[in-house]
Amino acid sequence: MLRDVVIGQYVPGKSPLHRMNPPLKMILMIAYIAVLFVIKSAAAYALFTVCAVTLIMISGVSVGMILKGIKPILYIVIFTALLNIFMTTGEVMWSASVFGLTLRITKEGVTAGALLTARLIYLVTGTSLLTLTTPPLQLTDGIERLLKPLNKIKVPSHEIAMMMTIAIRFIPTFSEEADKIKKAQTARGADFESGGLIKRARAMTPLLVPLFISAFRRADELAEAMEARCYRGGGNRTKMKEQHITAFDIKAAVIFVLAAVLILLAEFWIEI
Amino acid sequence: MIKAEHVGYIYQKGTPFEHRALYDINLEIADGTLAAVIGHTGSGKSTLIQHFNALIKPTEGRVIIDGTDITNPKTDLRLIRRAVGLVFQYPEHQLFEETVYKDIAFGPATMGLDKAEIDERVRLGARLAGLREEHLQRSPFELSGGQKRRAAIAGVLAMEPKALILDEPTAGLDPKGRDAMLSVIKKLHEENKDMIIIFVSHSMEEVAGIAERVIVMNEGRVEIDGTAEEVFANAERLRRIGLNAPQMALLADKLRAAGYDLPENIYTVEQAAAAVKKLIGGNTGA
Ligand SMILES: Nc1ncnc2c1ncn2[C@@H]1O[C@H](COP(=O)(O)OP(=O)(O)OP(=O)(O)O)[C@@H](O)[C@H]1O
Ligand SMILES: [Mg+2]
Repeated sequence: MLRDVVIGQYVPGKSPLHRMNPPLKMILMIAYIAVLFVIKSAAAYALFTVCAVTLIMISGVSVGMILKGIKPILYIVIFTALLNIFMTTGEVMWSASVFGLTLRITKEGVTAGALLTARLIYLVTGTSLLTLTTPPLQLTDGIERLLKPLNKIKVPSHEIAMMMTIAIRFIPTFSEEADKIKKAQTARGADFESGGLIKRARAMTPLLVPLFISAFRRADELAEAMEARCYRGGGNRTKMKEQHITAFDIKAAVIFVLAAVLILLAEFWIEI
Repeated sequence: MIKAEHVGYIYQKGTPFEHRALYDINLEIADGTLAAVIGHTGSGKSTLIQHFNALIKPTEGRVIIDGTDITNPKTDLRLIRRAVGLVFQYPEHQLFEETVYKDIAFGPATMGLDKAEIDERVRLGARLAGLREEHLQRSPFELSGGQKRRAAIAGVLAMEPKALILDEPTAGLDPKGRDAMLSVIKKLHEENKDMIIIFVSHSMEEVAGIAERVIVMNEGRVEIDGTAEEVFANAERLRRIGLNAPQMALLADKLRAAGYDLPENIYTVEQAAAAVKKLIGGNTGA
């Protein structure tokens, strides 16, 4: 069930992407998305593709894992691509009339559809790469670091990060627990698979009630354990594992920025 | 009869997280057997017993329940699950209804029985699990840990399974609750001559007291399989895989080595006490 969700599924490794400083990686990821949304030309996309493929190769993450991340949005991609292809007005390439409706495919539509498809796929590829090469807890640490300047305007960055950390920490626990309870109720004759929507929703009670009870129990236990260790929120806390910027990170950032500049040059100076 | 032929199991097969839990398991458990599965944590006990009611299917080999192969895609797994009742570790965590009665009735209700029959089954299950009448109308969450566990076991027994499998039924109970649970199992065995009962345990003492057959698991394999006597005769082998023969068996061994004439088959405190008493009685010539 939850185990199949790739976003948030870390694949251990020693690649340069794995070794990069997480906050820096997140900033570069934002840059990656920004570039992705600026470019429109074929030349820029070609260059972008080269960079994205290089990133995947460096990361050592299998293409299968990346494709698994794309699978959930496949229908959205196909749907929006079709909408674009048929609904955009412009130079007509093909037309037919079905049940009195006139269907038209325009050149602009095909371009827009292709652009959008590429954008969505690269967007998911990029974010998957970030989460596949960064342990979830380092990600939340990174978020805390990035939000820190907002402390001045009273944004509780530590607490936000802590909440995310706890949530992430408990995903596998609850997924395991849900699995176990599901099995236990199946053994008692519960049927989660067959029947209509309403019947299936009602069949979830034997799963959800115990799951909620266990969530509350765990929340209680965790709160007590944290209190017993004198946890008291963000003020003046130091970290056990500091995330330092190393020479390697600077090199990586420079390479990344150079690649981005190249792609943008291709976008604005090469006319096709 | 429950039969496993060359059963192997791999969790999350085909992903980077794949993990082998069982290797080439061969077992045949005859009707009416009270068997215990024992082994170190992570040795594959829970994985093995989940095969016996088709909650998981072997990745290699076959599991045959009363002549039906669970790996056959045509098999109706619901019938298998009715025939083999499985009680999970900490079954009290699966209670969800407003009253204990309704919770026990959940299983029989899914079998499509009528009200009178369900009522009969609920009372039978409660009685077999050692739950008192007055608990039936209470909320399951008001019961003590041991009572909750009995309520959960009653829910499985109410389906009148032909075989009952319990995963660590005594985990987390105090000594009194533990003894009560073991006597529930023993009584079930005595009252239902054809029922296969398999329970998982960490403790040799528990197993020695009641099990007719002991299956020792180690790292996904069956290490030793036999009667309690046969298994505990392998004290050295047990120690090597991190288990110990029951304390009383070790004590008897020591006494024998010191020249006292004790009978074989001493595993429980009661047996040891009786033997020692007899020995003392004999020596004083009374
Ligand atoms: N859902 C799962 N996914 C992946 N691996 C699992 C899963 N469940 C169990 N395992 C692994 O399979 C092996 C056997 O587990 P199993 O639960 O059968 O052990 P056990 O003998 O019941 O242990 P315990 O005495 O702790 O209950 C362990 O190494 C465990 O980590
Ligand atoms: Mg177990």
